[in-house]
Amino acid sequence: MDYKMNLTQEELDILNGSKGETMAKVMKTLVLYGDAFDATKMVPVTSDKGHLVTSFGLKVMAPVYDLMNKLIEGGAISTQKFSVDPKPLDPKVPANFLQKLIFNKFMYSMQNMYDGQLSKLGLIDDKAYTCTCYMDEVGNVPKKGDILSWAESSAVVYANSVLGARCNRNSGIIELFGSILGKVPYFGLLTDEGRKATWIVEVKTSKKPEAQILGSAIGMKVMEDVPFVKGLDKWIGTELNGDTKAYLKDFGAATASNGAVGLYHIENLTPEAVESGADLIAENAQVYVIDDAELERVKNGYPVMWKNKDATPKLCFVGCPHLSYAQLIEWTDKVVDGLKKNGLKKVSIPTVFTAAPGVIEEFEKTPYAAKLKETGVVLSYICPLMYMNNPLCKKMPVITNSNKLRTYTTSRYYTSDEILNIITSKEAK
Amino acid sequence: MKQFKGRPVCAGTCEAKALVSHGGFNTLASFQNALQFGDKEAKCGDQNNADLYQKPMVGTALCLPQTIGSTTGGMVLYCATEMKRNPKCMLFSEHIDSLACAGAVLGAVWAEEPMTVIDCLGDEFLNYVKDGMDISVALDGTVTVK
Repeated sequence: MDYKMNLTQEELDILNGSKGETMAKVMKTLVLYGDAFDATKMVPVTSDKGHLVTSFGLKVMAPVYDLMNKLIEGGAISTQKFSVDPKPLDPKVPANFLQKLIFNKFMYSMQNMYDGQLSKLGLIDDKAYTCTCYMDEVGNVPKKGDILSWAESSAVVYANSVLGARCNRNSGIIELFGSILGKVPYFGLLTDEGRKATWIVEVKTSKKPEAQILGSAIGMKVMEDVPFVKGLDKWIGTELNGDTKAYLKDFGAATASNGAVGLYHIENLTPEAVESGADLIAENAQVYVIDDAELERVKNGYPVMWKNKDATPKLCFVGCPHLSYAQLIEWTDKVVDGLKKNGLKKVSIPTVFTAAPGVIEEFEKTPYAAKLKETGVVLSYICPLMYMNNPLCKKMPVITNSNKLRTYTTSRYYTSDEILNIITSKEAK
Repeated sequence: MKQFKGRPVCAGTCEAKALVSHGGFNTLASFQNALQFGDKEAKCGDQNNADLYQKPMVGTALCLPQTIGSTTGGMVLYCATEMKRNPKCMLFSEHIDSLACAGAVLGAVWAEEPMTVIDCLGDEFLNYVKDGMDISVALDGTVTVK
């Protein structure tokens, strides 16, 4: 095959079949992928663990299962253990008879088989299903400067921005190939040049901006470019603690889903911005000013996809991406207080909080777990996006505080305060 | 008739009618119905894409700037190719994005019948081409529109 990048003798040997035909095809795929972006070479993946985006055993993904079988039979197994996005099913999440029948017997009938394939390929364990693999309770936390072969846009943007790791916005399957080979093509966000900001975002709001709307506004404006955000430290501080990490998780997921951001820098806060400051800003960077009016404009522009725009919500999802441990505690307190204030014992519409299995396990050890259960809120490891991704759920009036869920489904976005008010009020409107 | 010179990401020749998306093409949303519910014409399921919504994509020359959306995009494109629910070719006005590129090269290396993919055709290409125009693609990435 023709290729442009510089390959070592070992890489060339693999390409020519020294480790078998399957590994040769894995290498060929990554070389063609890298060549398309003028990658100069392959570099080793240095993180302990990988992360895959494809967690769902949809019946129709036969080509993927065939490909996975070819990898397993060809001995092309991941050189590192990996976590994977959340499962699409959880019996605890409300669903009617028809939905359960369609989910289990038709749509996700290959789930068990696919889980088995993932296990053979290198899945950490059966608790490793989450989009927030970087939570301490999950344990897939890359170090600053680590080279990753991950997919899942919200995890990639978090790892790049908050942890200072280096990862491109890879697609499903490609990320697995990088973990199998233990190398990825060197381009884009792996390079110093690719990590420079081509946008300066000036936050000039009168109060702390809602993370999900700020991220959405920035994503829609800069698309796949790198923004350097000034003025946000005034509202969220200069320390990367649990609160700021949770804020940046939700902010980043919105930048990545409403646009295609793979890396952002927050002045005086994120590691590379603290280290290099304005040196991270490329020459001739464009400027985007965000004030209260701009955030309002962006929020008002979200289409409502419900057939009956005045319908009473039938389900509420909080936790896309999955909630952190601290967020679960905070939400529990707020729901309990809200219900008490309004003279209620249980939430007025079915509500699901989602978090990583490891986070749920730790939360269950605290008194907060019983408190949350008493409110009627269901705590689940499910992927809300996968739950919504079918014609039955599309017709349901679902509300969420996740801009990612809003973007990919028919769910309706409300701010966290609005959601809290809706689910703890007598009139669920 | 007009010719545009692009870069072959997955070289090939083909002839097809143009189908044009002026905005970013959301791969998952667009192919969801085709893959999940057996729509052999692969009618575009992305209700946010006014150019393509409900239009059949199979066998067309899909003209677009870039793809957007979920990082499952490349995998979805690969599935569509293997299941023969794909456009005949994808013609990008801009540099191909990493998700579409993954789908293209997975198809090129692993699929029975890879899809031709050309990028860097330029803004003028996307401004000129209209739905239903005749497209022919040459091995060197030259795209003829008439």
